[in-house]
Amino acid sequence: MSMVGTRVIRKEDPNLITGRGLFTDDVSIMGTTIMAFVRSTEAHADIVSVDLTEALALPGVLTVITVDDLDAQDLPGAFMRTVLAKDRVRFVGEPIAVVVAEDRYIAADAVELVQVAYRPLPLVITPVEALADGAPLVQEALGTNVCFEVPWPQEQIDQVDQAFAAAPRQVSTTFHSQRVHPVPMEPSAILADWGPDKLTVWASTQMPHGLRNCLSSFLGVPQHQCRVIQPDVGGGFGAKVQQYPELFLAPILSKRLGRPVKYVQTRTECFAIMCSGRDQHHEIDVAFDNDGHILGLRSLIHADLGAYPDLPNSFGMPTLTNWMSSGCYKIPAIVAGYKCVLTNKTPQSAYRGAGRPEASFLAERIVDIVAGETGIDPAEVRLRNFIPTDEFPYKVPHAEVYYDSGNYPLSLQEALRLCDYENLKTERDRRNADPSEKLMGIGFSTWVEIAAFGPRGALEGFGHIGSYESAQVKIQPDGTAMIATGASPHGQGTHTTLAMIAADELHMSIDNITVRSGDTDTTPQGVGTMGSRTAAIAGEATKQASIKVFQNACKIAAHMLEANPDDLECVDGLFQVKGVPSKTIPWSQVGWAGLSPTLLPDDIPAGCLESTVFAEPTGFTYPAGAYVCVVGIDRDTGHVEVEKFYSVDDCGTVINPLLAEGQVQGGIIQGIAQALYEEMVWDSAGQPLTTTLMDYLAPAASDVPSIIDGRTNTPTPHNSLGAKGIGESGTIGSTPAVVNAVVNALAQYGVTNIAMPISPQRVWRILNQAQGA
Amino acid sequence: MQREVTISVNGSPRTDTVEPRLLLVHYLREQRRLTGTHIGCDTSNCGACTVLIDGLSAKSCTVLAVQTDGHEVSTIEGLAGSDGSYHPVQEGFRQCHGLQCGYCTPGMIMASVGILADNPSPSESEIRMGLEGNICRCTGYQKIVEAVQWAAAHPQPQPAGQGG
Repeated sequence: MSMVGTRVIRKEDPNLITGRGLFTDDVSIMGTTIMAFVRSTEAHADIVSVDLTEALALPGVLTVITVDDLDAQDLPGAFMRTVLAKDRVRFVGEPIAVVVAEDRYIAADAVELVQVAYRPLPLVITPVEALADGAPLVQEALGTNVCFEVPWPQEQIDQVDQAFAAAPRQVSTTFHSQRVHPVPMEPSAILADWGPDKLTVWASTQMPHGLRNCLSSFLGVPQHQCRVIQPDVGGGFGAKVQQYPELFLAPILSKRLGRPVKYVQTRTECFAIMCSGRDQHHEIDVAFDNDGHILGLRSLIHADLGAYPDLPNSFGMPTLTNWMSSGCYKIPAIVAGYKCVLTNKTPQSAYRGAGRPEASFLAERIVDIVAGETGIDPAEVRLRNFIPTDEFPYKVPHAEVYYDSGNYPLSLQEALRLCDYENLKTERDRRNADPSEKLMGIGFSTWVEIAAFGPRGALEGFGHIGSYESAQVKIQPDGTAMIATGASPHGQGTHTTLAMIAADELHMSIDNITVRSGDTDTTPQGVGTMGSRTAAIAGEATKQASIKVFQNACKIAAHMLEANPDDLECVDGLFQVKGVPSKTIPWSQVGWAGLSPTLLPDDIPAGCLESTVFAEPTGFTYPAGAYVCVVGIDRDTGHVEVEKFYSVDDCGTVINPLLAEGQVQGGIIQGIAQALYEEMVWDSAGQPLTTTLMDYLAPAASDVPSIIDGRTNTPTPHNSLGAKGIGESGTIGSTPAVVNAVVNALAQYGVTNIAMPISPQRVWRILNQAQGA
Repeated sequence: MQREVTISVNGSPRTDTVEPRLLLVHYLREQRRLTGTHIGCDTSNCGACTVLIDGLSAKSCTVLAVQTDGHEVSTIEGLAGSDGSYHPVQEGFRQCHGLQCGYCTPGMIMASVGILADNPSPSESEIRMGLEGNICRCTGYQKIVEAVQWAAAHPQPQPAGQGG
């Protein structure tokens, strides 16, 4: 029986449920010291002086350094940033000095003893402020606060102008996908041990090979003497792709002190200095006709990248938004462009979805606005605008983007069936007419995203060595299998997923397969886990490597059975001539023979039961789905409750439905949280107001609903599994469904748009004003 | 300044010398080398450090080690049976995919043990309210709720399954 498609319980779990997981802070080496940052309390200021005297005098302090103590000062992978602040700070939290002490209590004490004198400078917090005439410059040397720009192409402007001129109706609006924080439960952590012969780094990262390559070149240590180990990682959500100062400082200080150096970020630091996501401001014009057909779209994004963009990911976010800005709709004329703006805030970068949540928000809000303007049911407007199922591969009009496959009407129809839409509408109308009931709203999101990054060339521009992912399948002498992959999971269940794929191709029990990842000394070069790529790409690499190994195993077994390899089959780990179960050779004998030349046929060398494959997909994949959100709104307090949430995902082939549900449910809750709860806030002086989990509302179990899962299956042609990827879909699709539901509930009060997060205060003001009127 | 304390962890009493300011979570992780108890915040919001003190769930980042002098502390490491059998809550998390990255998991499991000790058959809403002091960023909580329900329905220890 095929494992792929079944609900296999994870191989990762036994360690993690017994306290035997090994996260970076759990790794202990004799003599380990603790590193801590002195961080800026000013959002924009010249550093007048840094006095280390008292800190250095504290017993137990080993060293305190500033940027002047570093040979190489430019932070790799960052725009105009030094590893520690040089002369000037540009956001609250920017590291200025670093302390190393015998333990974390002494390190914290020493941080308090470092005296920094600042000369405050005028600052900018929003793109509007940053783009104003005479605005203070975040980077004076740049001469502008616009650090990157993709203007509207003239050809597209002309096409869209014609479409708008011919369209019966048009609407202009603005959206803001606010800054939200990934909040991995484990903040950043690193342990560096630079011994006489080797640098070893344990790091909470999403890309150990990328980090190894970067450390090697920055520190001038050859790669054979530079090992990065990614132990268990407590979530990443895109925020552990970036190069942070601690990743370079811990190795440098380990070498200088001759001792291991560990840094474990506090949650407050995590909010202040780990990259956070979204923060795009959209200006939108949409043209349509009276039947709800969307005829043209203008989109201009101002992306607020904070003080130091993460290169090149920060610039890539609005690119992905633009690519996907027409969603799953056939819009004949589109013009899309963006400006990346510097502000005196924490750097912005990838957060789960990475540019696509902003695109789905744009597309799903405009289709609802068109529905509202024309009075046509939002489900019907979607059906009228969907890219027809027979038009794949579909090229969007404004970019070299080719949707691989899709069946959008099917997903929506399945969602309508799942939620019993006609009855829901009846209930909504009844409740909204009854002042004793909560208001009710129904919201749709029929989203599409881009995943499986990527085909050749896709990631090289982002500084990666390739766009592939790797898998090495190696049969042990006892006939069990070890798989080493360059993918670097942090919660996705990749070990289980890859073992399932291998079990099918090797015809071996999954219990006899172990997957290893996250060690640059023992796994083939990989890219890492990001961009919903692992099932589609590492899965394909595992499949192809397993097929090669199995072919050689059949040759060995055929030699032993004195049969033709083409006549063999393997049933429950036993090789036999097809239909002849009386004489079998178990995997254990084949595995032994594979490394024992006396047992091998002449044309098969020892070691033949080993294969490494670097799989490159032939194109991006485009997972899609249809979500329906039902909200109830307390008429007195404005509190919004998600009463029901229906999800129909189409990620092509599902490897493990149990794990896919987990990805979708977790992603949807993160998307709901952006709609209702989460926002990073800075005051006008640039002070962050949301630096703890008291102030930043990451939802708890009591704040969120259960998801009612559905599924359709439209495989991708870009890998042999047909898998499109599922890691980010929930986050990408869910946010606009919630906002559409709230707008739907409040439509009777004239509401056509509402800012996120939709706090009770925002809704209460609307309801209160309506009552006052 | 140092204080001598005798703290029993998972049934093993030990006498240590600690600073009065030492948090229980740091005592467990760094002096007892029990690293299953995690730290996810600095404001006692996330619950990753949840342990049981004399059978009641508590966030070990809000307790000083000296406050547990003479008390019994239970951590995730002590939950499985000496024969390797899983506690029903551990097995529930495994069966229901109640964990992804696993960082919040020890705290979630210990908090769930506390919930079931109070109420052996909680409703979904009682489970959600009972876990409101524990944050998970991966699962969206749905499968954690199912895991606790699974444990409530299977209150006997479970033989350890195949490891990875």
